[in-house]
Amino acid sequence: MNQNTNIFNKMMSMDRRWVFLLLIIVCVAAYFAPFSIPILIEPEVERVYNFVDTLAPGSIVFLAIDYDPASLAELHPMTYVLLEQCFRRNIRVICTALHPNGPSMAENAFLEVVDSCKVDKTYHGKQFMGREVVNGIDYCFLGYKPYPALVILGMGTNFRLPFPADYYGRPIDSIPMMKGIQNYDQVACVVNISGTSGTEYWISYGQGRFGFPLALGVTGVMGAEYYPYLNSGQIFGYMAGMLGAAQYEKLAENDGKAVVAMKVQLFAHFLIIFFIIIGNIGFFMDKFSKKREGR
Amino acid sequence: MEFGTFLWTTLGAVLTLAIFSFLYKDNPFYKFAEHLVVGVSAGYWAVILWHNGLVPNLLERLRDGDWYLGWLNSSKPWYLIPAILGLLMWTRFSKKYSWISRWPISMYIGIATGVAIPLEMSNRVNKQLYAAMSKIHWDNFFGHGFLDTAAAYSEIIIIIGTIAGLIYFFFSKAHTGAFGTIAKIGIYILMIGFGASFGLTVMARISLFIQRIQFMHEDWAVVAFEETNPNYGWFQFFFWLVGFIIIAYIARELYVYIKNRDKQMVKPS
Amino acid sequence: MKRQIPVLLVFVFGVFMIFQYFSPHEYSEWIYKFLMDWIYIIGIFAMALGIWSLIHVSYDKIKNKRHDWGYSVVTLAALFIMMFFGITGFDENGEWGFYFMTQEGLTNPMFRNFFNHILVPIETTMFSLLAFFISSAAYRAFRARNVLATMLLVSALVVMLRFNPYFGEAVGLYMNKIAAWLLNVPNMAAKRAILIGIGLGMVGTALKVVLGIERGYMGKG
Repeated sequence: MNQNTNIFNKMMSMDRRWVFLLLIIVCVAAYFAPFSIPILIEPEVERVYNFVDTLAPGSIVFLAIDYDPASLAELHPMTYVLLEQCFRRNIRVICTALHPNGPSMAENAFLEVVDSCKVDKTYHGKQFMGREVVNGIDYCFLGYKPYPALVILGMGTNFRLPFPADYYGRPIDSIPMMKGIQNYDQVACVVNISGTSGTEYWISYGQGRFGFPLALGVTGVMGAEYYPYLNSGQIFGYMAGMLGAAQYEKLAENDGKAVVAMKVQLFAHFLIIFFIIIGNIGFFMDKFSKKREGR
Repeated sequence: MEFGTFLWTTLGAVLTLAIFSFLYKDNPFYKFAEHLVVGVSAGYWAVILWHNGLVPNLLERLRDGDWYLGWLNSSKPWYLIPAILGLLMWTRFSKKYSWISRWPISMYIGIATGVAIPLEMSNRVNKQLYAAMSKIHWDNFFGHGFLDTAAAYSEIIIIIGTIAGLIYFFFSKAHTGAFGTIAKIGIYILMIGFGASFGLTVMARISLFIQRIQFMHEDWAVVAFEETNPNYGWFQFFFWLVGFIIIAYIARELYVYIKNRDKQMVKPS
Repeated sequence: MKRQIPVLLVFVFGVFMIFQYFSPHEYSEWIYKFLMDWIYIIGIFAMALGIWSLIHVSYDKIKNKRHDWGYSVVTLAALFIMMFFGITGFDENGEWGFYFMTQEGLTNPMFRNFFNHILVPIETTMFSLLAFFISSAAYRAFRARNVLATMLLVSALVVMLRFNPYFGEAVGLYMNKIAAWLLNVPNMAAKRAILIGIGLGMVGTALKVVLGIERGYMGKG
């Protein structure tokens, strides 16, 4: 047998824990290394940003947070940056969480962004004074109900139908910002940030039935699935995975965890590509030597 | 940061490490964390279902009635019907009466499928078909710049790809002749699609790990070393305690490994 | 009776919902609203079944002292502790108590701590293990065995390298363009074919259910 094939064979039968260790080392090293990578903006992400950015103050964005801690890494950065953009520009937000483990994710995002909005900040050369963002006036968090498809449909008739009260148990009619707000007709757009099949429901049962502008923020795993909807115009914008989140952070000039994560991501990808290449070299060497032996 | 919050974060860090220890091998720490999260998650769900579901949608609506003379005194007594139907679901646990649970289930299935038929047809099938049949911009055949998605050649690839993909997937006719060629194009297109999905999945998985590094560093280690904290010493103590446990565990594993290796060497072959 | 009534119910409600979509009359809207309102309530009871099942299974394991029953104690204890914190809390005056009908439990600091510092770290970390398994799979399984597998690999590589700045700015821009084109053109065509297929399949199955041909939802018996 060929000497090289032997080495590769050995590498192939190596304990996979060495692979794990290598990944940890590369990721931690890249995380602590002081460098950054440029992030190119894609048009589908820019469309979401521009849509929200050109809304008149006082408009309402409906934010559907349908994810649990499992997809927090990619989706929380999107939620944070979008919420901060809305609150800084005095855009009001209505929010639901149709994943059973989602309500506290949404609540955490609100609590933290409300805190960060108390400080003065400058985005794109424009200074935004810090202000108190108030639950019930600037945002309304409706909470959770089972069966997302039917909840989305029900909200098209009236938000009060599935949600007689908000997450904190206050009747919707007693919430100042919900006065006169009946259904999606009063909402400028819906942004669905999701790690579940709930996205399909927002497209078919929400946008399809009620025709509101819909944008998506999804996990990387679902990232390649929604391009047909973008092409058919059923969604107007689209953020996929950590890269989508990083692009939005760049657009909003509000660098957060996603931008930092991208540099680590890059080196992890290099490593995985290296693994694939090594694996394939081994595979072809093996194939080649078998052929020769056969001859 | 308050010390109490730091202790909670430390617990989060310990649990994170407990789960990561599975990468080395299955162990009681991992199993503990795994079973803990199942319980916490179910408990959380129960609370959310109660406070966000049952209370506002049912109990609050029946509450204005006279509780003692029965709920029928409520101003909205008709909400008792879904409540009873919901309770009937629970007959599933009885062998004798489980057939009753089919009534509410079939009501739900009827509503869900009835709603789905027109909406899925219109939004998943029809709208995608319209988009696929849109006009090709022949005057812009080569498009502007490198690989233009709006160029006519891209539009043609989309149309052919969609048709070929559908043919590959849905026609049980033998893939031979011209039909086979189209089906072959279909599978090539599908493979490119799956490849893109795979690439994005890698990105997704890696980002989950990066988030854990960020958590361990920014939310835990950095906080432990903030000298402005009121009980700085205690922050440090718990940080190093966790560090010590990890080192002790690694040392133990190494010891066991070396001991076993020596035994194997002694064994006569 | 045990099988006919459910089939009839599915048919009646299914047909009504289809009818309502195409003809949103005042009366049908009225019924539609009622049905929607009710279905959320039925749904809550159905979801609670899952929690009961978990309790049941864990209890069974403990009672019969099955393998690793100790961990089931952890599960059950965590479940009940979480429920306890969910129904207790502090009102505006800072007074602690049981709150069944108001939502103080949701703002209970312990309820939040359990979510933020137990559920979140464990669940995120469990899923982050997949990063390791996918890299190990990349090492062992992704082989360019034939043209199809090579296409899959190349497409994946392009998507993975699209934000890489290290081959020079021009190459980076081109990589990004290739990836964008790949996602928006061939990938889109593939996903559209799958989407139309799934859509048709769903509608077909739904029709079979409404018409009583498909009765899998009833289970045995």
